[in-house]
This record gives sequence, C-alpha cells and structure tokens, in this order.
Amino acid sequence: MQTFHSRQGRTRTEVRAVDGVDLDVAEGEVVGFLGPNGAGKTTTLRMLTTLLRPTAGSATVAGYDVVTRSEDVRRSIGYVSQTGAAFSGARAGDEVVDHGMLYGLPRRAVEERGKELFERMDLSGLWTRMPRSMSGGQKRRLDVVMGLIHEPRLMFLDEPTTGLDPQARANLWDHIRDLRDRLGVTVLLTTHYLDEADALSDRIVIIDHGRIVASDTADHLKDRVAGDLVDLELVDRSRIPDAVQALDRLVTDRSGVDVTDHHVRARVPQAGRSIQGLIRHLDTAGIELRTIEVHRPTLDDVFLSLTGRSLRDAETAPAGTPGSPDGVPAPPVPAGTPTGTPTATEGALR
Amino acid sequence: MRFFRDSVIVFRRQLRMNLRNPAWVIIGMLQPVLYLLLFGPLLEPLIDQFGAQNAYTFFVPGMLVQLGVFGAFFAGFSLIGEWREGVIEAERVTPASRTALLVGRLYRDLLQLLVQAGILIGLGYLLGMEASGVGLLLGVALTLLLGGACAAASNALALTTKSEDVMAPVINMVMMPVLLLSGILLPMTIGPAWLERASDFMPIRHVVDGVRASFAGDFASSGVTWGVVWSLVLFTLAVWWGTSTFRRENA
Repeated sequence: MQTFHSRQGRTRTEVRAVDGVDLDVAEGEVVGFLGPNGAGKTTTLRMLTTLLRPTAGSATVAGYDVVTRSEDVRRSIGYVSQTGAAFSGARAGDEVVDHGMLYGLPRRAVEERGKELFERMDLSGLWTRMPRSMSGGQKRRLDVVMGLIHEPRLMFLDEPTTGLDPQARANLWDHIRDLRDRLGVTVLLTTHYLDEADALSDRIVIIDHGRIVASDTADHLKDRVAGDLVDLELVDRSRIPDAVQALDRLVTDRSGVDVTDHHVRARVPQAGRSIQGLIRHLDTAGIELRTIEVHRPTLDDVFLSLTGRSLRDAETAPAGTPGSPDGVPAPPVPAGTPTGTPTATEGALR
Repeated sequence: MRFFRDSVIVFRRQLRMNLRNPAWVIIGMLQPVLYLLLFGPLLEPLIDQFGAQNAYTFFVPGMLVQLGVFGAFFAGFSLIGEWREGVIEAERVTPASRTALLVGRLYRDLLQLLVQAGILIGLGYLLGMEASGVGLLLGVALTLLLGGACAAASNALALTTKSEDVMAPVINMVMMPVLLLSGILLPMTIGPAWLERASDFMPIRHVVDGVRASFAGDFASSGVTWGVVWSLVLFTLAVWWGTSTFRRENA
C-alpha cells in the first residue's frame, strides 16, 4: 500500500493510495480508467503526468520515475486535460507551435507536424482561427493536437468527451481509436461514461475510493458479473411458477429469479449457450412466450457487483470534483498510483 | 541556453497576445504621459518644501517607480485567465523550465515598463528635468528590477489565489501602504517622525530613494547602495516565489 499526502485547498489531508495493484500497459493499448467523480482518476493522472508531486510512494511512467526523472517523463508523454490547453483568444496554430517549441523542437518541424495533425483531426482551415470561435468538438480536437505535437508514445486523456454533444463525442472516439490504430500511441483515458469506456478501451480499470477494484477487458469484466440477463415475457401468468423453475436451473449463483408482472428474469452465465435448451424446454412444457430478451451485462452491472453501488449512485454521493476552482477545500480525494513491471519498451506504464 | 530559449517562447506568445489588444498598447503609452502632465503641475509648487531644486528631477523617479510597481502588481490577472483555460497546466506538462514559464511573462512586463520609462523620461526632459545619464540608466535598471519583483509576486499570488475576486482586494490592501510608506510621490521626510520610522521597514521605499539619488547623480550616498541591494533582494525572492508556484501549482 502506498500513502500520499496531498494538499487540497488549505487542508492537508492524508489520502490512501491504491493497495497492491499491478498495472501493465502494453504498447498500443487503450486503457480506460473508469470511476465516479471523486474516485481519484484525475488525481492519479496528475501524478502520472508529473503535475502533482506525490509526497510519498513512487510511480514509473515510460520507464522513468515521475519524481526523480520528471523531465524525461514529460518528454515522453502527451496530456490532454479536462480544461483544455489553448488560450481562447490566441490563434490555434500559434498555440500549437509555441507548445511544440517548449519541447525543444525546431519551429519548422513543429509547424509541419502541427498542420499535418490539423488535417488528420479534421481541423483543416482552422490554423488561424481562435479557439473562442470554435465548436466544442473542434476545441477538444485542438487540445489533442497539442498533446500529440511532440509525437509522444503515451497519451493521457482526462475525460476527453465531457461536455460534448453526441455527434462530437462519436467523432472524437474515432480519432482516439485512430491514435492507436494509425499512430501506434498508447492511450490511458479517464471517463465516467460507461459507454465510452466500453467503446474505446482494450482494457478497463475500474477505480473507486482511490482503489483499483478491477482491471480487465470489457468482455471479461462482464463475464465476471453473474452473467447475461435473460428476460422472459409470458403470455399466461399462471405458468410463471413453471418458467421460474425452468430458468432457475440455469442460474449458478444465489442471485435467484426475479418476477414482475408477466416477466421472469434471471442472470445466466453465458446465456448464448444455454438459451437454446431453455427455449426447447419451455416449448415442450407448453409455456408460451410473448418476448424473450438476452442482455449482456453493462459496465454499470460490473460496477454494481464490485462496489455494491451503481455508478450513478456513486456520482450523486457527495464527492469532490477534482480540480474544483480557487482553492475551495475539496473533500479528500483518494489517490492511487499503479505499480508493476513494464511490458512494453516505450509506451510502458507501470 | 535552454532556459533562455524557453523563456523567449513564452515571452513571444505573451507579447503577441497583448499586442493584439489595442487597449493594452494605448493605455500603456498614455499612462506615463498622464502621470506627468496631471501630477506634475500639482506637485510643482510643493517642491521647495522637499528641499529639492528641480521639481521634475525629483518627481520623475517617483513616478517611474510608481508606474513600475502598479503596472506590475496587476500582471497576475491575465495569468488567472490563462490558468482557467488550462494553459498553465499545458505548459507545465512540457519539459520547459518552470522559471522560464515565469520569466518569459516577466519579459513582457519589463518591456512594457521600459517603453513607459522611455516616454516618461523623454517627457521629463522636455519639461525641464535634469538628470545624469549614468544615473538615469541605473535608476531605470533599479525600477525594472523592482517592477520584475512585483510582477513575479503578482503572478505567484495569481496562481495561489486563482481568483480575481480574491486577488483584487489583496492587491488593493497591499498597494495602499506601499504607496504611502515608500514616499513615491511625497517624500517621507515631510511626515511625522513615527511615520518615517515605519517607512524604514518598507523595502520599496529604499528602492525609491535609490532611484531618486541616482537620477540626481548622488552616487556616493548610501541611498543608491541600499536601493541596489533591496531591488536585488526583492527580485530574487519574488522570482523564487513565483517559480515555486509554477512548480507546485495545485489544481
């Protein structure tokens, strides 16, 4: 276990970090950091990106220690924060060039790379536009361009699609996938949207109260939950006891069968395999069905089974929003940092 | 070398944004003119009481320091806007030197102050100021150090408070005693003894005395020495403070 002292506002709070978690990120992997607001996602990210100095404990990013080799870490990573990176009243291109030059790159190289990234990110023609007169999606993509300007192998995206309309979100998702597929960039992104983690991540790390509660692919995580939800709607209510009996045979844990009105529901592991037998059984027993539905578990189910709360409940609980403005003392935000051994050479994060 | 390059990048960016704002340019140029043309005639009749011979040789250094201190105190406000939009954080994830992030911004404030000093001194000459060339350069140098210190402190305060609403009253509160006790416009020698004692503890007062003494060509006096010492001390402390807030800024 690692402990960090973190200063929030004026109060100095001791926050407990992640307990014995190994997190290896392979090169070219997209890892989603999922958790409710205040779970410690942003704090963790800020420590991994050297913005927040852990007063105890250690973390290694891209092969460098975040405290002792912070400059090397900064050179190797790109970071897109929640707030953005470009000043609203400056020209987009100027901001990109200045940002790139702060990495010690020559002006011409940065300009070339910047314009190329503008093309790639659907920002062509916006080089001299001010972010103030850009749409939310364009601004976000500009932030990503700034994070990519020095060709980092590892990108940190902090809630990249928060505040975007659905279309802009879907568009940004495509671009994030593109980072991995075409540029081979390793991506670690935080999100509190289930669908986002599901859609983008090769692997999902669920964090709650500063602890990593799970780390696996979306499919494996879903399999770990009691199983798929099978929902039978009966025509004749009097046959419900028979249907319950039939379904109960497929349930492997103690979650049981749930009955409401004409519906009989239960969690069945790998329902795809057993559903055929179930239908055959119901058919021979003469139980007529109006509808049958099979739902893969959602990440919300995963979160519920791991923490006992749904993600939405966790959000509404009084949680400190990381990055609350002007030193208003926020409730202690637990912070975590993953440790382990790097598996990939460059994009490795341990 | 690396530090210089980084700070120039930051400076160029700041200057580009400020030059795009015509109000910044016009007000900056107008300020010294207004000071001199409005305050000058008011203070001229009082000059005999201060024991100085030439009114403008006496007032111009004071106005110079006031211009430097006041302009610089407000430098931090633009930083809050940048912080809010994530610019500071974006700069902090680059390997650029933290001191360069601060100093690049100070260059802009110092350039503004230098241009203003040029206008003020030029006008002062036109109105009859007599000052030694070397003393003038030394006086401007001291003012730049002091202005740089105030701008650095203002930036540090901005990143500490992160709110214009907190920063404005703090600056107002600081500025009142500074204006009074440093004898920027009226020398402390005309006040009661206890007030003059109090002003001995105001470092900026020694810088004002130093600038005044060097304009008057009075290099042998202890005023110049103390002015140099204090402006260097203030500058060093403020840059150190400012750098540490850039390094440790916590959001």
